Amino acid sequence: MAEGAHVIDRPRTGIGVSTRRPDGRAKVRGEFAYSSDLYADEMLWGRTLRSPHAHARIRSIDIGPALTIAGVSAVLTADDVPGRPTYGLTVPDQPVLARDIVRYEGEPVAIVAADHPDTARRAIGAIVVEYEVLEPVTDPQKALESPAIHPDGNLIRTVPIRRGDVNAVGTVVVEGTYEMGIQDQAFLGPESGMAVPDGAGGIDLYVATQGLHQDHAQVAPCLGLAPEEVRLHLAGTGGAFGAREDLSMHVHACMLALHLNRPVKMSYLRDESFVGHVRRHPAQMWFRHHATPEGRLVKVEARILLDGGAYASTSAYTAANSARFACGPYRVPNAVIDATCVRTNNAPSGAMRGFGVVQVCYAHESQMDKLAAAVGLDPVEIRLRNALAQGDELVTGQTVDVPAPVRECLEAAADVPVPPPAGEVDDYGLPGGAGRTADRTRIRRGVGYAVGFKNLAYSEGYDDDTRARCHLDGGVATITCAAAELGQGFVTVAEQITRTVLGVDQVVLAPASTATIGSAGSSAASRQTYMSGAAIAMACHEVAERARRAVADRHGVAVDTLEIDDGRIVSRDPAIDIPIGSASEEPLEAEVNHHHRETFPMDPVTGQGDTDVSWVFAANRAVVDVDLDLGLVRVVQMATGQDVGKALNPLSVVGQIEGAVSQGLGLAVMEEVITANGIVRNPSFTDYLIPTIADMPPVAVTLIEEPEDGAPFGAKGVGEASSLPSTPAVVAAIRAATGLELPRVPIRPEDIALADIRGDG
Amino acid sequence: MTEAITYRLRVNGTDRIVESSWLGESLLYVLRERLGLAGSKNACEEGECGSCSVLVDGRLVCSCLELAAAAEGTEIVTVEGLSPDGALSDVQEALLSEGGVQCGFCTPGFVVAVHDLLDGNADPSLLETKEALAGNLCRCTGYGRIEAAVERVVDLRRG
Repeated sequence: MAEGAHVIDRPRTGIGVSTRRPDGRAKVRGEFAYSSDLYADEMLWGRTLRSPHAHARIRSIDIGPALTIAGVSAVLTADDVPGRPTYGLTVPDQPVLARDIVRYEGEPVAIVAADHPDTARRAIGAIVVEYEVLEPVTDPQKALESPAIHPDGNLIRTVPIRRGDVNAVGTVVVEGTYEMGIQDQAFLGPESGMAVPDGAGGIDLYVATQGLHQDHAQVAPCLGLAPEEVRLHLAGTGGAFGAREDLSMHVHACMLALHLNRPVKMSYLRDESFVGHVRRHPAQMWFRHHATPEGRLVKVEARILLDGGAYASTSAYTAANSARFACGPYRVPNAVIDATCVRTNNAPSGAMRGFGVVQVCYAHESQMDKLAAAVGLDPVEIRLRNALAQGDELVTGQTVDVPAPVRECLEAAADVPVPPPAGEVDDYGLPGGAGRTADRTRIRRGVGYAVGFKNLAYSEGYDDDTRARCHLDGGVATITCAAAELGQGFVTVAEQITRTVLGVDQVVLAPASTATIGSAGSSAASRQTYMSGAAIAMACHEVAERARRAVADRHGVAVDTLEIDDGRIVSRDPAIDIPIGSASEEPLEAEVNHHHRETFPMDPVTGQGDTDVSWVFAANRAVVDVDLDLGLVRVVQMATGQDVGKALNPLSVVGQIEGAVSQGLGLAVMEEVITANGIVRNPSFTDYLIPTIADMPPVAVTLIEEPEDGAPFGAKGVGEASSLPSTPAVVAAIRAATGLELPRVPIRPEDIALADIRGDG
Repeated sequence: MTEAITYRLRVNGTDRIVESSWLGESLLYVLRERLGLAGSKNACEEGECGSCSVLVDGRLVCSCLELAAAAEGTEIVTVEGLSPDGALSDVQEALLSEGGVQCGFCTPGFVVAVHDLLDGNADPSLLETKEALAGNLCRCTGYGRIEAAVERVVDLRRG
């Protein structure tokens, strides 16, 4: 802590304690206002007409029939976009509303406002759009040789890494090709929000999002308004997992509201949500690992192809993550890696928990198991033998100068007792569950291991700074910060940090808004506790310091005779002992703008560079039972060891890890957005399956606490790490049970039951 | 809208008049948009996620799949009716203390479903708990803390 020299931090209901969420009471009572719950007098309902085609030319749009429907107030198209016609999180390449061309199924074409959601639904159906259907480019392997589907071309980015002796050869070589399907974030709270015109040409947008200011920077230009005329406020957010990084209904609702001078609410339905946000990049990956006879890695070769879909979103940075983390948390002296992201007519890909690393973690961990088999080591030993540690260099040449407890994470997961075999549990524990479809003699137990790591915060020279303000008045500390609470518990940690530093019991969190403070950056990349938590701590320390000076002035003593101790200003002789909250009759306030350490771009040829701020590590062990005849998998137990730096709220950290593991399990055996020629075939929770309580096994969580210097109380971000190794651990366990190669996730029952017919194994 | 009708619903022990409602409106829509009871959530609108769970004559249903007008004459209990005096029910308390709430969008549905489970079965087996709650999707928690909350309520009610 920069300002922490005189502060002695002690937990009260502060850090290290599993305090309750401040929004929890409202949430369990059904009183918490999510973005889809917003209401205003005279409010209208907005709705979006979307392209039914993956690729088509728009010949004409006739909005006339929709306007004749009673209750319809407005129908707007691309011609009505008041400002810049395109937006984008990194590149403004995506139309607010399609004008001449639609590039994916679900691309917005027109928007309506009506007095009732079903009126709006009917109005959408009444708009007549004449399309000339074009051949879509849906195979990423063919994207670069296909005609450009966008003026920016079909190549989004290629990221090479060349490290050490690129011609090095190992005695032992293992090779594999791996594929990952599309995973949807499947947050429960739909994309939604309400736009309220201010009557003077400006607008207030209440919206569920991961980053108010990054949204603001895109919304205002598209509306043709000055930045101060557009104010974004965080509405209750029902999960995100990356899917709220990009805009959804933001500009559309504002356009309708400004056009009609009335509040307009938009809330997607589930089928719309499946095409209304970016999903995890599907990947095709080739890997060749070289090692010594003892199983020490000599070189890793990898080619990674990501399907970015129709628009760029964060794809360029996803590809870079895939390249930088392709080797996993291992010492790799030589590497030849190329990660490429291309544009296709599939729906845009973008951020999802584990950002570009979930894909390669599945591949490199599959390779490590192949290598273990080739050299005759067990899966734990091969990983320990190559495990990265603090002080080692990555394939980018950057030195890992923070705790890197790969060994500790893996050993923690490996040390958890394995549950009894399937024969000793009730039928419910069998593959197939209570349906009792499994023949016990045909059930095989498998155990699999995986480790993973990724970066914390943004990389490659991007300064994702943050701001926080602390205002102390009458013993009440008010914190203002624009960080988005998505469910992860930032609000809880913000209060804990404030109570710990200032010793006050009453902490108020001001609503997150672009109108009250500058950017906190996005709630993404496991960065918000690490970044904005640090900013809040710094602002509180600064307020404490001002309180100390105020007491010194009032008592006529030198400032350095006073200390800040557990929320009190005390003198070394016990004459002065005043709570910080009472130290000053005037309110005390401090605002901090916090930057992480500088990072640098990757060299465009070699990929070398000090690109990252910090890293987090995790290991998983999965235990599965597999029904060989039916191909059904029961995940019996997940054991995880995760590097957390310091757990500020252990219960919240466990919740983050269990949630990450469930999404990784889902990706291993359940979850895939299925497309056919660019058209999504399963946009519903009936057909896109996420784990239920009946699918989830117990998760044995071990927190590895090795505090990181300079991080708030030593805490690393915890949201993503366990989402990396959980998928490959489950896959490894199924391989151990079946002997199959299983080169693609999610693994479907037919991949196991029909493997002999299909040629696997 | 055309085909507007007016009817009476009994919600959380109170008679409520629903005026000028389109016949096709679901119970979820009427609760949320006409009666101001937004605790029940819409996350799938096809009965898969359980976020809109309510009790109709003591039966646990997805309110998105019920026609509101057809619920006339029934006793409807929503999440708002489970702790009317402002205190938290034991289920709500346990979900909070055990860490079963993250984004919370699924939470009202879980509150109703767990009450329904435990009010009818004071000591469910793990199988019975999982079966009873398998219709409520949660994307944040991985369910571990929700299971812990159920166990806590069972323990507390056992005394």
